[in-house]
Amino acid sequence: MKEIFSRSLQTTIIFFVVGGILALALGGFFSSTSDWFGNSLVSIQEWVSTRYIVVRDLVSAPSDVVSLQQRNAQLESEISGLQTQVIQLQQQLTDTQVLAALVDFSQTNPESVYKAASVIGRDPSPFLHYIIINVGSNDGVRSGMPVVTNQGLIGRVSAVIADAARVQLVTDPSAAVNVRLQNADTDAVLIGSVTGDLGLEMISQDIEVQDGDVVLTSGLGGDYPPDLLVGQLLNLRKRDYELFQQASVQSTVDFSRLEIVLVIMNFKPVDITPLIPETTP
Amino acid sequence: MAIASRVPILGGYADLMLVALAAWSLQKRVETAWHWAIFGGLLVGWTSALPWVVPLSGYLLTVAFARLLVRSIWQAPLLGIFAVVFAGTLGGHIIAILTLRLFGSPLVISDALSTVTLPSLFLNLLLALPAYPIFRDLAVWVYDIEVEE
Repeated sequence: MKEIFSRSLQTTIIFFVVGGILALALGGFFSSTSDWFGNSLVSIQEWVSTRYIVVRDLVSAPSDVVSLQQRNAQLESEISGLQTQVIQLQQQLTDTQVLAALVDFSQTNPESVYKAASVIGRDPSPFLHYIIINVGSNDGVRSGMPVVTNQGLIGRVSAVIADAARVQLVTDPSAAVNVRLQNADTDAVLIGSVTGDLGLEMISQDIEVQDGDVVLTSGLGGDYPPDLLVGQLLNLRKRDYELFQQASVQSTVDFSRLEIVLVIMNFKPVDITPLIPETTP
Repeated sequence: MAIASRVPILGGYADLMLVALAAWSLQKRVETAWHWAIFGGLLVGWTSALPWVVPLSGYLLTVAFARLLVRSIWQAPLLGIFAVVFAGTLGGHIIAILTLRLFGSPLVISDALSTVTLPSLFLNLLLALPAYPIFRDLAVWVYDIEVEE
């Protein structure tokens, strides 16, 4: 009985002590102590945590470096693949733009049948201006067929093999094209040169021509169809003591950047050589 | 070098085949210079609108001159390559111009020489500088020649 009383007393005392402490704590009497205790705990936690992170990084860093290096190599490989794709797509875009322009040209000139061809080579001799295209007799290409781009006349096919053809550009020194000046409505002869410049000869002295006049093929001689754009007249030279006027021609085509061209398939050149009277001595 | 061969100055281009042939022919132990001249000449002749004899004869002349030099003043390789490239370019171009004139091309010789041959000469001589050591190393590798110190 005495033991039971003693235990109850202890419990009651403990209850009152704890309750008193709680009441004091809730009343804010222990705030400075609890703040100090909390700050100390946080400081200890921070110290332990910092040391732990340092040790963990030290232990796990080599494996991270290896995985990072692998990831880096993988990403670099992906970047180089994507860069290749970008270059290919840019090339395809350029080709598409050129082809779209050529399609526009063929649609606006429906009287001719065209065959698109890629330029695959140039004549190695610096004295000649020829290109090699990737269509030949297997595609129906024949010698003498005119070759154009959407910008104007390029030249004509001079030699054909099964899967390729050689095109003589109008800038070649031995090329001569019968042309007409659109505004002056007069004929002339376009000639190439070793430097690739175009000249206009045989312009009658009594014809008024001006810089900027549009030069078109005349169709005379049967080598080219009429009304193909060649370029614009520049630097007219008129001398009273000469039989004809001369001029330079600014071509509408950039001959150094030919990539895709069109062969006019339904034009058959006419050989008028037998009709030319022989000169008698 | 291949890119440089398509870079024009006025109307002139470097002739990579000629420079390579000249540099290869000037190597003492090389015995296949004539074969390469024939192969290169026919290859260029096939792709060009020029008659195939023109590049072939130009390259054969170049090799002939180079082999002649090897026997006489081979101790001065830089002088040798310059002389061979100069003579080969000039000879090849003169043959081409005369042939084109013969076939009726209205080529003005003075224009051709000033706007094509002179710039081509300059480009060829420029390319000859790196070409000679490259082909010397190639000859050392192919013929297993001991390099003289």
